[in-house]
Amino acid sequence: MHKAQNITADDVRKIAKLANLKVSPDEVDKFAGQFSQTVEVVNELNEIDTAGIPETYQVTNLVNITRDDVVDHSRILSQESALSQAKKTHTSFFVVSRVIDSTDEI
Amino acid sequence: MKPLHSLTIKEVHEGYKNGDFTCTDLVKHFLKRIEKYNPQLNIYLSLNPKALEQAGAIDREIKEKGIDRPLLGIPFAIKDNFLTLGIETTAGSNILKGYQPQYESSVTRKLLDAGAIFLGKTNMDSFAHGSSTETSDFGPTLNPWNPEHLPGGSSGGSAAAIAAELATAALGSETAGSVRQPAAWCGVTGFKPTYGRAGRYGCIAMASSTDSPGPLAKNIADAALITKVISGQDPFDATTSSLPVDDYPQFLDKQDLKGIKIALVKEYLLPQMRPDVKDLILNAVSKLKELGATVEEISLLDPKYSIGVYTVIQRSEVSSNLSRFDGIRFGHDRDLFCQESKRRIMLGTYTLSAGYYDAYYKKALAVRTKIVDEFSKVFENYDAIVGAVSPGPAQKVGATKDQPMFGEMEDVLLEASSIAGLASAGVPCGFVDNLPIGLQITCAQFNEKKAFEIADCYQRNTSHQVFPNLDETL
Repeated sequence: MHKAQNITADDVRKIAKLANLKVSPDEVDKFAGQFSQTVEVVNELNEIDTAGIPETYQVTNLVNITRDDVVDHSRILSQESALSQAKKTHTSFFVVSRVIDSTDEI
Repeated sequence: MKPLHSLTIKEVHEGYKNGDFTCTDLVKHFLKRIEKYNPQLNIYLSLNPKALEQAGAIDREIKEKGIDRPLLGIPFAIKDNFLTLGIETTAGSNILKGYQPQYESSVTRKLLDAGAIFLGKTNMDSFAHGSSTETSDFGPTLNPWNPEHLPGGSSGGSAAAIAAELATAALGSETAGSVRQPAAWCGVTGFKPTYGRAGRYGCIAMASSTDSPGPLAKNIADAALITKVISGQDPFDATTSSLPVDDYPQFLDKQDLKGIKIALVKEYLLPQMRPDVKDLILNAVSKLKELGATVEEISLLDPKYSIGVYTVIQRSEVSSNLSRFDGIRFGHDRDLFCQESKRRIMLGTYTLSAGYYDAYYKKALAVRTKIVDEFSKVFENYDAIVGAVSPGPAQKVGATKDQPMFGEMEDVLLEASSIAGLASAGVPCGFVDNLPIGLQITCAQFNEKKAFEIADCYQRNTSHQVFPNLDETL
Protein backbone atom coordinates (compact mmCIF):
# COMPACT_ATOMS: atom_id res chain seq x y z
CA MET A 1 0.00 0.00 0.00
CA HIS A 2 1.40 3.39 -0.88
CA LYS A 3 0.40 6.94 -0.17
CA ALA A 4 -1.09 9.32 -2.71
CA GLN A 5 1.65 10.81 -4.85
CA ASN A 6 1.95 14.42 -5.72
CA ILE A 7 3.75 14.71 -9.03
CA THR A 8 6.08 17.70 -9.12
CA ALA A 9 7.43 19.77 -12.01
CA ASP A 10 10.79 18.03 -11.50
CA ASP A 11 9.09 14.64 -11.84
CA VAL A 12 7.48 15.78 -15.09
CA ARG A 13 10.83 16.91 -16.51
CA LYS A 14 12.41 13.58 -15.54
CA ILE A 15 9.59 11.53 -17.07
CA ALA A 16 9.75 13.62 -20.25
CA LYS A 17 13.43 12.79 -20.57
CA LEU A 18 12.80 9.08 -20.03
CA ALA A 19 10.05 9.17 -22.68
CA ASN A 20 12.23 11.18 -25.09
CA LEU A 21 9.68 13.99 -25.27
CA LYS A 22 10.14 17.73 -25.12
CA VAL A 23 7.79 19.63 -22.85
CA SER A 24 7.41 23.39 -22.71
CA PRO A 25 7.62 25.21 -19.36
CA ASP A 26 3.83 25.74 -19.53
CA GLU A 27 3.28 22.05 -20.11
CA VAL A 28 5.51 21.09 -17.17
CA ASP A 29 3.26 22.88 -14.66
CA LYS A 30 0.06 21.84 -16.38
CA PHE A 31 1.07 18.19 -16.61
CA ALA A 32 2.23 18.09 -12.97
CA GLY A 33 -1.27 19.06 -11.85
CA GLN A 34 -3.01 16.79 -14.33
CA PHE A 35 -0.81 13.78 -13.53
CA SER A 36 -1.46 14.21 -9.82
CA GLN A 37 -5.18 14.26 -10.61
CA THR A 38 -4.92 11.05 -12.65
CA VAL A 39 -2.83 9.28 -10.02
CA GLU A 40 -5.46 10.20 -7.46
CA VAL A 41 -8.08 8.29 -9.46
CA VAL A 42 -5.69 5.35 -9.86
CA ASN A 43 -5.02 5.32 -6.12
CA GLU A 44 -8.65 4.35 -5.53
CA LEU A 45 -7.48 0.85 -6.49
CA ASN A 46 -5.89 0.64 -3.04
CA GLU A 47 -9.39 0.22 -1.65
CA ILE A 48 -9.39 -3.25 -3.23
CA ASP A 49 -7.60 -6.08 -1.47
CA THR A 50 -5.46 -7.91 -4.00
CA ALA A 51 -3.28 -9.90 -1.59
CA GLY A 52 -2.36 -13.22 -3.19
CA ILE A 53 -4.13 -12.40 -6.48
CA PRO A 54 -1.96 -12.97 -9.56
CA GLU A 55 -1.63 -10.38 -12.31
CA THR A 56 -3.47 -10.77 -15.63
CA TYR A 57 -1.15 -9.67 -18.44
CA GLN A 58 -3.30 -11.10 -21.21
CA VAL A 59 -6.82 -12.41 -21.18
CA THR A 60 -7.16 -15.32 -23.58
CA ASN A 61 -4.67 -17.61 -21.81
CA LEU A 62 -2.51 -18.34 -24.83
CA VAL A 63 1.00 -19.46 -23.92
CA ASN A 64 4.18 -19.49 -26.00
CA ILE A 65 2.76 -19.25 -29.49
CA THR A 66 5.55 -20.16 -31.88
CA ARG A 67 6.01 -20.85 -35.55
CA ASP A 68 8.52 -22.88 -37.49
CA ASP A 69 11.94 -21.25 -37.67
CA VAL A 70 11.98 -20.85 -41.42
CA VAL A 71 12.20 -17.77 -43.60
CA ASP A 72 8.71 -16.61 -44.57
CA HIS A 73 8.99 -14.00 -47.30
CA SER A 74 5.42 -12.83 -46.77
CA ARG A 75 6.54 -11.37 -43.42
CA ILE A 76 9.51 -9.48 -44.78
CA LEU A 77 9.64 -6.03 -46.35
CA SER A 78 12.03 -5.57 -49.21
CA GLN A 79 14.93 -3.26 -48.40
CA GLU A 80 13.53 -0.69 -50.81
CA SER A 81 10.13 -0.79 -49.15
CA ALA A 82 11.57 -0.70 -45.61
CA LEU A 83 13.55 2.43 -46.48
CA SER A 84 10.80 4.09 -48.50
CA GLN A 85 9.35 6.14 -45.63
CA ALA A 86 12.61 7.18 -43.96
CA LYS A 87 13.64 10.82 -44.17
CA LYS A 88 17.37 10.13 -44.19
CA THR A 89 19.01 7.12 -45.77
CA HIS A 90 22.56 6.41 -46.83
CA THR A 91 23.58 3.57 -49.18
CA SER A 92 20.57 1.45 -48.21
CA PHE A 93 20.80 2.17 -44.46
CA PHE A 94 18.74 4.32 -42.10
CA VAL A 95 20.61 7.36 -40.84
CA VAL A 96 20.24 7.85 -37.07
CA SER A 97 21.42 10.56 -34.71
CA ARG A 98 24.71 10.06 -32.95
CA VAL A 99 24.27 8.64 -29.43
CA ILE A 100 27.86 7.71 -28.51
CA ASP A 101 29.76 10.51 -26.78
CA SER A 102 26.59 12.52 -26.70
CA THR A 103 26.55 15.15 -23.97
CA ASP A 104 22.88 14.54 -23.41
CA GLU A 105 22.79 12.36 -20.30
CA ILE A 106 19.81 10.18 -19.56
CA MET B 1 -36.55 2.43 -54.02
CA LYS B 2 -34.44 3.62 -51.08
CA PRO B 3 -31.62 6.02 -51.99
CA LEU B 4 -28.33 4.21 -52.66
CA HIS B 5 -26.64 5.56 -49.51
CA SER B 6 -29.38 4.07 -47.30
CA LEU B 7 -28.95 0.47 -48.42
CA THR B 8 -27.63 -2.27 -46.13
CA ILE B 9 -25.11 -4.84 -47.37
CA LYS B 10 -27.88 -7.28 -48.18
CA GLU B 11 -29.83 -4.60 -50.07
CA VAL B 12 -26.76 -3.55 -52.07
CA HIS B 13 -26.23 -7.16 -53.13
CA GLU B 14 -29.89 -7.47 -54.15
CA GLY B 15 -29.51 -4.29 -56.20
CA TYR B 16 -26.42 -5.69 -57.95
CA LYS B 17 -28.21 -8.99 -58.66
CA ASN B 18 -31.29 -7.26 -60.08
CA GLY B 19 -29.15 -4.92 -62.16
CA ASP B 20 -30.73 -1.88 -60.44
CA PHE B 21 -27.32 -0.18 -60.20
CA THR B 22 -23.62 -0.99 -60.52
CA CYS B 23 -20.77 -0.74 -58.04
CA THR B 24 -19.52 2.23 -60.07
CA ASP B 25 -22.93 3.94 -59.60
CA LEU B 26 -22.78 3.31 -55.87
CA VAL B 27 -19.20 4.53 -55.43
CA LYS B 28 -19.90 7.65 -57.53
CA HIS B 29 -22.98 8.31 -55.42
CA PHE B 30 -20.98 8.10 -52.18
CA LEU B 31 -18.13 10.24 -53.54
CA LYS B 32 -20.64 12.93 -54.48
CA ARG B 33 -22.21 12.76 -51.03
CA ILE B 34 -18.78 12.92 -49.40
CA GLU B 35 -17.93 15.98 -51.49
CA LYS B 36 -21.14 17.63 -50.29
CA TYR B 37 -21.04 16.83 -46.57
CA ASN B 38 -17.43 16.08 -45.66
CA PRO B 39 -16.21 19.70 -45.62
CA GLN B 40 -18.56 20.41 -42.73
CA LEU B 41 -18.46 17.09 -40.86
CA ASN B 42 -14.72 16.29 -41.33
CA ILE B 43 -15.31 12.54 -41.42
CA TYR B 44 -12.84 11.43 -44.10
CA LEU B 45 -9.17 12.38 -43.81
CA SER B 46 -8.23 10.92 -47.19
CA LEU B 47 -9.99 9.21 -50.09
CA ASN B 48 -8.96 6.13 -52.01
CA PRO B 49 -7.62 7.51 -55.31
CA LYS B 50 -8.38 4.19 -57.02
CA ALA B 51 -11.96 3.71 -55.77
CA LEU B 52 -13.62 4.19 -59.16
CA GLU B 53 -11.08 2.05 -60.96
CA GLN B 54 -11.63 -0.75 -58.41
CA ALA B 55 -15.41 -0.37 -58.71
CA GLY B 56 -15.09 -0.94 -62.47
CA ALA B 57 -13.18 -4.17 -61.87
CA ILE B 58 -15.83 -5.31 -59.39
CA ASP B 59 -18.59 -4.60 -61.92
CA ARG B 60 -16.82 -6.83 -64.43
CA GLU B 61 -16.46 -9.56 -61.79
CA ILE B 62 -20.17 -9.39 -60.92
CA LYS B 63 -21.07 -9.62 -64.60
CA GLU B 64 -18.89 -12.68 -65.10
CA LYS B 65 -19.28 -14.61 -61.88
CA GLY B 66 -22.13 -13.07 -59.94
CA ILE B 67 -21.74 -12.26 -56.24
CA ASP B 68 -19.46 -14.98 -54.95
CA ARG B 69 -17.66 -13.02 -52.22
CA PRO B 70 -19.40 -11.94 -48.99
CA LEU B 71 -18.60 -8.21 -49.23
CA LEU B 72 -18.26 -7.87 -53.00
CA GLY B 73 -18.71 -4.25 -54.04
CA ILE B 74 -19.53 -3.00 -50.53
CA PRO B 75 -18.15 0.54 -50.00
CA PHE B 76 -16.31 0.86 -46.67
CA ALA B 77 -14.99 3.70 -44.56
CA ILE B 78 -11.77 2.62 -42.79
CA LYS B 79 -10.48 4.09 -39.54
CA ASP B 80 -7.16 5.75 -40.20
CA ASN B 81 -5.19 3.54 -37.82
CA PHE B 82 -5.34 0.57 -40.21
CA LEU B 83 -2.46 0.43 -42.66
CA THR B 84 -3.80 0.47 -46.22
CA LEU B 85 -1.55 0.09 -49.25
CA GLY B 86 -1.93 3.03 -51.60
CA ILE B 87 -3.92 5.19 -49.15
CA GLU B 88 -2.18 7.58 -46.74
CA THR B 89 -2.47 6.45 -43.11
CA THR B 90 -2.00 8.91 -40.26
CA ALA B 91 -3.79 7.60 -37.15
CA GLY B 92 -5.06 11.18 -36.84
CA SER B 93 -1.56 12.43 -36.01
CA ASN B 94 0.82 14.90 -37.63
CA ILE B 95 3.60 12.42 -36.81
CA LEU B 96 2.35 10.19 -39.62
CA LYS B 97 1.22 12.93 -42.00
CA GLY B 98 2.04 11.76 -45.52
CA TYR B 99 2.86 8.20 -44.42
CA GLN B 100 2.35 5.65 -47.19
CA PRO B 101 1.99 2.20 -45.58
CA GLN B 102 4.40 -0.49 -46.72
CA TYR B 103 1.96 -3.31 -46.10
CA GLU B 104 -1.77 -3.96 -45.69
CA SER B 105 -3.24 -4.62 -42.22
CA SER B 106 -4.62 -8.11 -41.65
CA VAL B 107 -8.24 -7.04 -41.25
CA THR B 108 -8.29 -4.66 -44.22
CA ARG B 109 -6.64 -7.44 -46.26
CA LYS B 110 -9.50 -9.74 -45.24
CA LEU B 111 -12.08 -7.10 -46.19
CA LEU B 112 -10.42 -6.64 -49.60
CA ASP B 113 -10.25 -10.41 -50.14
CA ALA B 114 -13.99 -10.51 -49.37
CA GLY B 115 -14.54 -7.97 -52.16
CA ALA B 116 -14.92 -4.74 -50.15
CA ILE B 117 -14.03 -1.43 -51.74
CA PHE B 118 -12.49 1.33 -49.60
CA LEU B 119 -13.85 4.83 -50.08
CA GLY B 120 -11.29 6.38 -47.76
CA LYS B 121 -9.82 6.69 -44.28
CA THR B 122 -11.72 8.20 -41.38
CA ASN B 123 -10.82 10.69 -38.69
CA MET B 124 -10.04 9.52 -35.16
CA ASP B 125 -8.54 10.71 -31.93
CA SER B 126 -4.81 11.09 -32.51
CA PHE B 127 -3.35 7.57 -32.08
CA ALA B 128 -6.83 6.65 -30.75
CA HIS B 129 -6.06 8.59 -27.57
CA GLY B 130 -9.50 9.80 -26.70
CA SER B 131 -13.24 9.21 -26.81
CA SER B 132 -14.27 12.30 -28.73
CA THR B 133 -12.31 12.48 -32.04
CA GLU B 134 -11.44 15.94 -30.74
CA THR B 135 -7.77 15.08 -30.12
CA SER B 136 -7.24 14.49 -33.85
CA ASP B 137 -4.50 16.71 -35.25
CA PHE B 138 -6.79 17.30 -38.23
CA GLY B 139 -9.70 18.84 -36.33
CA PRO B 140 -12.73 17.20 -34.74
CA THR B 141 -15.37 15.27 -36.63
CA LEU B 142 -18.84 16.66 -35.97
CA ASN B 143 -21.87 14.60 -35.01
CA PRO B 144 -24.28 14.19 -37.96
CA TRP B 145 -27.26 14.41 -35.58
CA ASN B 146 -26.14 17.82 -34.35
CA PRO B 147 -22.89 19.42 -35.52
CA GLU B 148 -22.52 21.27 -32.21
CA HIS B 149 -21.80 17.89 -30.64
CA LEU B 150 -18.93 15.42 -30.86
CA PRO B 151 -19.23 12.01 -32.50
CA GLY B 152 -17.43 10.18 -29.68
CA GLY B 153 -14.30 8.22 -30.33
CA SER B 154 -11.81 7.14 -30.96
CA SER B 155 -13.53 5.62 -34.05
CA GLY B 156 -15.60 8.82 -34.38
CA GLY B 157 -15.03 9.24 -38.11
CA SER B 158 -16.15 5.69 -38.87
CA ALA B 159 -19.27 6.03 -36.67
CA ALA B 160 -20.15 9.40 -38.22
CA ALA B 161 -19.60 7.94 -41.73
CA ILE B 162 -22.35 5.41 -41.00
CA ALA B 163 -24.67 7.96 -39.35
CA ALA B 164 -24.21 10.47 -42.20
CA GLU B 165 -24.55 7.60 -44.70
CA LEU B 166 -21.23 8.35 -46.36
CA ALA B 167 -20.40 4.61 -46.62
CA THR B 168 -22.36 1.36 -46.52
CA ALA B 169 -20.19 -0.04 -43.70
CA ALA B 170 -17.15 0.95 -41.67
CA LEU B 171 -14.20 -0.48 -39.79
CA GLY B 172 -13.14 0.80 -36.39
CA SER B 173 -11.08 -0.46 -33.50
CA GLU B 174 -11.67 -0.55 -29.78
CA THR B 175 -9.22 -0.42 -26.91
CA ALA B 176 -11.92 0.36 -24.35
CA GLY B 177 -15.12 1.62 -25.91
CA SER B 178 -13.74 3.12 -29.11
CA VAL B 179 -16.26 1.29 -31.31
CA ARG B 180 -19.28 1.06 -29.01
CA GLN B 181 -19.11 4.62 -27.64
CA PRO B 182 -18.96 6.53 -30.97
CA ALA B 183 -21.60 4.10 -32.31
CA ALA B 184 -23.83 5.13 -29.39
CA TRP B 185 -23.15 8.86 -29.76
CA CYS B 186 -23.84 8.71 -33.52
CA GLY B 187 -26.81 6.33 -33.20
CA VAL B 188 -25.37 3.46 -35.24
CA THR B 189 -24.60 -0.20 -34.61
CA GLY B 190 -21.12 -1.22 -33.45
CA PHE B 191 -19.51 -4.49 -32.47
CA LYS B 192 -16.43 -5.25 -30.41
CA PRO B 193 -15.30 -8.86 -30.93
CA THR B 194 -13.44 -10.80 -28.25
CA TYR B 195 -9.80 -9.78 -27.83
CA GLY B 196 -7.80 -12.02 -30.18
CA ARG B 197 -10.74 -12.81 -32.47
CA ALA B 198 -9.57 -10.43 -35.23
CA GLY B 199 -5.88 -9.79 -35.92
CA ARG B 200 -4.13 -6.58 -34.88
CA TYR B 201 -1.33 -6.79 -37.44
CA GLY B 202 -1.13 -3.45 -39.22
CA CYS B 203 -3.48 -1.75 -36.77
CA ILE B 204 -1.42 1.07 -35.25
CA ALA B 205 -1.11 -0.07 -31.65
CA MET B 206 -2.55 1.72 -28.66
CA ALA B 207 -2.86 -0.84 -25.82
CA SER B 208 -1.87 -4.20 -27.26
CA SER B 209 -3.53 -6.29 -24.56
CA THR B 210 -7.01 -4.91 -25.34
CA ASP B 211 -6.92 -3.52 -28.94
CA SER B 212 -9.72 -5.17 -30.95
CA PRO B 213 -10.76 -4.30 -34.51
CA GLY B 214 -14.54 -4.18 -35.00
CA PRO B 215 -17.22 -2.99 -37.44
CA LEU B 216 -19.62 -0.05 -37.40
CA ALA B 217 -22.70 -0.67 -39.50
CA LYS B 218 -26.27 0.17 -40.43
CA ASN B 219 -27.60 -2.78 -38.47
CA ILE B 220 -26.43 -5.78 -36.48
CA ALA B 221 -26.88 -8.16 -39.44
CA ASP B 222 -24.27 -6.19 -41.41
CA ALA B 223 -22.01 -6.11 -38.33
CA ALA B 224 -22.31 -9.91 -37.98
CA LEU B 225 -21.29 -10.47 -41.58
CA ILE B 226 -18.30 -8.10 -41.33
CA THR B 227 -17.19 -9.62 -38.01
CA LYS B 228 -17.22 -13.05 -39.59
CA VAL B 229 -15.02 -11.80 -42.44
CA ILE B 230 -12.39 -10.11 -40.23
CA SER B 231 -12.21 -12.86 -37.58
CA GLY B 232 -9.92 -15.85 -37.33
CA GLN B 233 -6.37 -16.78 -36.47
CA ASP B 234 -3.85 -14.39 -37.96
CA PRO B 235 -0.40 -15.83 -38.61
CA PHE B 236 0.97 -12.28 -38.17
CA ASP B 237 -0.57 -11.78 -34.71
CA ALA B 238 0.38 -14.45 -32.17
CA THR B 239 -2.34 -13.27 -29.78
CA THR B 240 -5.17 -14.31 -32.11
CA SER B 241 -7.14 -17.41 -31.20
CA SER B 242 -7.13 -20.67 -33.12
CA LEU B 243 -10.76 -21.35 -32.13
CA PRO B 244 -12.96 -21.76 -35.21
CA VAL B 245 -15.05 -18.71 -36.19
CA ASP B 246 -18.79 -19.23 -35.85
CA ASP B 247 -21.03 -18.45 -38.80
CA TYR B 248 -22.52 -15.37 -37.08
CA PRO B 249 -25.20 -14.55 -39.69
CA GLN B 250 -26.69 -17.97 -38.99
CA PHE B 251 -27.61 -16.83 -35.46
CA LEU B 252 -29.74 -13.94 -36.69
CA ASP B 253 -33.48 -13.80 -37.39
CA LYS B 254 -34.48 -15.70 -34.23
CA GLN B 255 -38.15 -15.30 -33.52
CA ASP B 256 -37.80 -14.57 -29.82
CA LEU B 257 -35.35 -14.68 -26.91
CA LYS B 258 -36.94 -17.55 -25.00
CA GLY B 259 -34.42 -19.33 -22.79
CA ILE B 260 -31.94 -16.43 -22.84
CA LYS B 261 -30.78 -15.26 -19.40
CA ILE B 262 -29.69 -11.65 -19.11
CA ALA B 263 -28.05 -9.83 -16.22
CA LEU B 264 -28.64 -6.16 -15.51
CA VAL B 265 -25.77 -4.79 -13.43
CA LYS B 266 -27.04 -2.62 -10.59
CA GLU B 267 -23.81 -0.60 -10.32
CA TYR B 268 -23.92 0.24 -14.05
CA LEU B 269 -27.08 2.31 -13.59
CA LEU B 270 -24.83 5.06 -12.29
CA PRO B 271 -26.18 7.48 -9.71
CA GLN B 272 -24.99 10.39 -11.88
CA MET B 273 -26.77 8.98 -14.95
CA ARG B 274 -29.54 11.16 -16.33
CA PRO B 275 -32.97 9.74 -15.44
CA ASP B 276 -34.12 9.88 -19.08
CA VAL B 277 -31.08 7.83 -20.13
CA LYS B 278 -31.78 5.34 -17.35
CA ASP B 279 -35.39 5.11 -18.54
CA LEU B 280 -34.27 4.21 -22.08
CA ILE B 281 -32.10 1.39 -20.71
CA LEU B 282 -34.94 0.09 -18.55
CA ASN B 283 -37.29 0.30 -21.57
CA ALA B 284 -34.81 -1.82 -23.52
CA VAL B 285 -34.74 -4.31 -20.64
CA SER B 286 -38.57 -4.48 -20.74
CA LYS B 287 -38.40 -5.13 -24.46
CA LEU B 288 -35.92 -7.98 -23.96
CA LYS B 289 -38.29 -9.48 -21.37
CA GLU B 290 -41.23 -9.06 -23.73
CA LEU B 291 -39.23 -11.00 -26.32
CA GLY B 292 -38.93 -13.90 -23.89
CA ALA B 293 -35.61 -13.32 -22.12
CA THR B 294 -35.38 -13.50 -18.35
CA VAL B 295 -33.61 -10.49 -16.84
CA GLU B 296 -32.22 -10.44 -13.31
CA GLU B 297 -30.41 -7.72 -11.45
CA ILE B 298 -26.88 -8.58 -10.33
CA SER B 299 -24.06 -6.81 -8.54
CA LEU B 300 -20.50 -6.32 -9.83
CA LEU B 301 -17.43 -4.40 -8.72
CA ASP B 302 -18.10 -0.66 -8.87
CA PRO B 303 -17.18 0.43 -12.44
CA LYS B 304 -15.17 3.34 -10.99
CA TYR B 305 -12.37 0.86 -10.27
CA SER B 306 -12.18 -0.16 -13.92
CA ILE B 307 -11.25 3.46 -14.67
CA GLY B 308 -8.10 3.13 -12.57
CA VAL B 309 -7.21 -0.31 -13.93
CA TYR B 310 -7.73 0.76 -17.53
CA THR B 311 -5.88 4.05 -17.11
CA VAL B 312 -2.75 2.32 -15.83
CA ILE B 313 -2.78 -0.59 -18.30
CA GLN B 314 -3.52 1.62 -21.28
CA ARG B 315 -1.00 4.36 -20.49
CA SER B 316 1.70 1.82 -19.70
CA GLU B 317 1.16 0.01 -22.99
CA VAL B 318 0.90 3.32 -24.85
CA SER B 319 4.26 4.45 -23.51
CA SER B 320 5.84 1.25 -24.75
CA ASN B 321 4.05 1.12 -28.13
CA LEU B 322 4.63 4.77 -29.01
CA SER B 323 8.36 4.60 -28.33
CA ARG B 324 8.68 3.29 -31.90
CA PHE B 325 7.79 6.71 -33.30
CA ASP B 326 11.31 8.05 -33.53
CA GLY B 327 11.09 9.75 -36.93
CA ILE B 328 13.89 7.53 -38.24
CA ARG B 329 12.29 4.66 -40.15
CA PHE B 330 8.99 6.39 -40.89
CA GLY B 331 6.96 9.38 -39.78
CA HIS B 332 8.10 12.65 -38.27
CA ASP B 333 9.73 13.79 -35.05
CA ARG B 334 8.34 13.01 -31.57
CA ASP B 335 7.87 16.75 -31.00
CA LEU B 336 4.69 16.46 -33.07
CA PHE B 337 2.81 14.32 -30.53
CA CYS B 338 -0.33 16.15 -29.41
CA GLN B 339 -0.72 17.00 -25.72
CA GLU B 340 -3.05 14.08 -25.06
CA SER B 341 -0.54 11.60 -26.51
CA LYS B 342 2.29 13.20 -24.54
CA ARG B 343 0.27 12.92 -21.34
CA ARG B 344 -0.50 9.26 -21.97
CA ILE B 345 3.06 8.32 -22.91
CA MET B 346 4.46 10.16 -19.91
CA LEU B 347 2.02 8.81 -17.36
CA GLY B 348 2.69 5.30 -18.68
CA THR B 349 6.42 5.90 -18.44
CA TYR B 350 5.85 6.92 -14.82
CA THR B 351 3.69 3.89 -13.89
CA LEU B 352 6.24 1.54 -15.43
CA SER B 353 9.27 3.22 -13.90
CA ALA B 354 11.38 1.80 -11.09
CA GLY B 355 9.69 2.23 -7.73
CA TYR B 356 6.19 2.64 -9.16
CA TYR B 357 5.88 -0.53 -11.26
CA ASP B 358 4.55 -2.65 -8.37
CA ALA B 359 2.39 0.05 -6.88
CA TYR B 360 0.63 0.95 -10.11
CA TYR B 361 1.13 -1.52 -12.93
CA LYS B 362 1.09 -4.77 -10.95
CA LYS B 363 -1.71 -3.52 -8.73
CA ALA B 364 -3.84 -2.69 -11.80
CA LEU B 365 -3.16 -6.12 -13.29
CA ALA B 366 -4.22 -7.81 -10.04
CA VAL B 367 -7.51 -5.88 -9.98
CA ARG B 368 -7.87 -6.86 -13.64
CA THR B 369 -7.78 -10.51 -12.50
CA LYS B 370 -10.63 -9.76 -10.10
CA ILE B 371 -12.68 -8.20 -12.91
CA VAL B 372 -12.00 -11.16 -15.23
CA ASP B 373 -12.99 -13.67 -12.51
CA GLU B 374 -16.15 -11.76 -11.68
CA PHE B 375 -17.29 -11.82 -15.33
CA SER B 376 -16.49 -15.54 -15.61
CA LYS B 377 -18.78 -16.23 -12.66
CA VAL B 378 -21.58 -14.12 -14.16
CA PHE B 379 -21.35 -15.97 -17.47
CA GLU B 380 -21.74 -19.32 -15.70
CA ASN B 381 -25.34 -18.30 -15.07
CA TYR B 382 -26.16 -15.69 -17.70
CA ASP B 383 -25.85 -15.40 -21.49
CA ALA B 384 -25.33 -11.65 -21.51
CA ILE B 385 -24.99 -8.47 -19.50
CA VAL B 386 -26.89 -5.40 -20.67
CA GLY B 387 -26.52 -1.75 -19.78
CA ALA B 388 -25.93 1.72 -21.16
CA VAL B 389 -22.90 2.33 -23.37
CA SER B 390 -22.37 5.88 -22.10
CA PRO B 391 -23.69 7.74 -19.06
CA GLY B 392 -25.25 10.31 -21.41
CA PRO B 393 -25.61 11.46 -25.03
CA ALA B 394 -22.90 13.03 -27.21
CA GLN B 395 -21.12 15.90 -25.48
CA LYS B 396 -20.56 19.29 -27.06
CA VAL B 397 -17.58 20.25 -29.17
CA GLY B 398 -14.91 21.57 -26.81
CA ALA B 399 -15.89 19.28 -23.93
CA THR B 400 -12.49 17.61 -23.76
CA LYS B 401 -10.50 20.80 -23.22
CA ASP B 402 -8.18 20.35 -20.23
CA GLN B 403 -9.94 17.13 -19.20
CA PRO B 404 -7.04 14.68 -18.88
CA MET B 405 -9.42 11.85 -17.94
CA PHE B 406 -12.25 12.66 -20.37
CA GLY B 407 -12.14 9.37 -22.24
CA GLU B 408 -11.75 7.23 -19.16
CA MET B 409 -14.73 8.90 -17.47
CA GLU B 410 -16.95 8.69 -20.56
CA ASP B 411 -16.08 5.02 -21.05
CA VAL B 412 -16.69 4.02 -17.43
CA LEU B 413 -19.32 1.46 -18.50
CA LEU B 414 -17.11 -0.09 -21.20
CA GLU B 415 -13.69 -0.43 -19.60
CA ALA B 416 -14.37 -3.56 -17.54
CA SER B 417 -15.58 -5.57 -20.54
CA SER B 418 -12.60 -4.37 -22.58
CA ILE B 419 -9.92 -5.19 -20.04
CA ALA B 420 -11.52 -8.65 -19.71
CA GLY B 421 -11.50 -9.05 -23.52
CA LEU B 422 -15.24 -9.78 -23.85
CA ALA B 423 -17.47 -9.68 -26.94
CA SER B 424 -20.00 -6.84 -26.99
CA ALA B 425 -22.61 -5.35 -29.28
CA GLY B 426 -23.69 -1.69 -29.19
CA VAL B 427 -27.11 -0.83 -30.59
CA PRO B 428 -29.18 2.37 -30.49
CA CYS B 429 -32.06 2.30 -27.98
CA GLY B 430 -33.67 5.74 -28.25
CA PHE B 431 -33.04 9.49 -28.01
CA VAL B 432 -32.65 12.21 -25.41
CA ASP B 433 -32.42 15.87 -26.50
CA ASN B 434 -32.59 14.63 -30.12
CA LEU B 435 -29.32 12.76 -29.59
CA PRO B 436 -29.04 8.96 -29.71
CA ILE B 437 -28.37 6.65 -26.73
CA GLY B 438 -26.78 3.21 -27.01
CA LEU B 439 -27.37 -0.14 -25.33
CA GLN B 440 -24.54 -2.62 -24.83
CA ILE B 441 -25.11 -6.37 -24.94
CA THR B 442 -21.99 -8.00 -23.60
CA CYS B 443 -21.21 -11.73 -23.70
CA ALA B 444 -18.42 -14.06 -22.65
CA GLN B 445 -15.21 -14.32 -24.66
CA PHE B 446 -15.81 -16.00 -28.03
CA ASN B 447 -19.57 -15.93 -27.53
CA GLU B 448 -20.08 -13.36 -30.29
CA LYS B 449 -22.95 -15.42 -31.67
CA LYS B 450 -25.06 -14.85 -28.56
CA ALA B 451 -24.46 -11.09 -28.63
CA PHE B 452 -25.49 -11.04 -32.30
CA GLU B 453 -28.56 -13.17 -31.63
CA ILE B 454 -29.82 -10.94 -28.82
CA ALA B 455 -28.93 -7.63 -30.49
CA ASP B 456 -30.53 -8.71 -33.76
CA CYS B 457 -33.77 -9.84 -32.14
CA TYR B 458 -33.92 -6.56 -30.19
CA GLN B 459 -33.15 -4.48 -33.29
CA ARG B 460 -35.73 -6.18 -35.51
CA ASN B 461 -38.41 -5.70 -32.88
CA THR B 462 -37.69 -2.02 -32.23
CA SER B 463 -37.17 0.94 -34.54
CA HIS B 464 -34.30 2.84 -32.92
CA GLN B 465 -31.76 2.33 -35.72
CA VAL B 466 -32.59 5.45 -37.74
CA PHE B 467 -30.52 8.00 -39.67
CA PRO B 468 -30.56 11.81 -39.64
CA ASN B 469 -31.72 13.88 -42.58
CA LEU B 470 -28.52 15.89 -43.05
CA ASP B 471 -30.31 18.68 -44.85
CA GLU B 472 -32.24 19.27 -41.63
CA THR B 473 -29.59 18.58 -38.98
CA LEU B 474 -26.66 20.46 -40.54
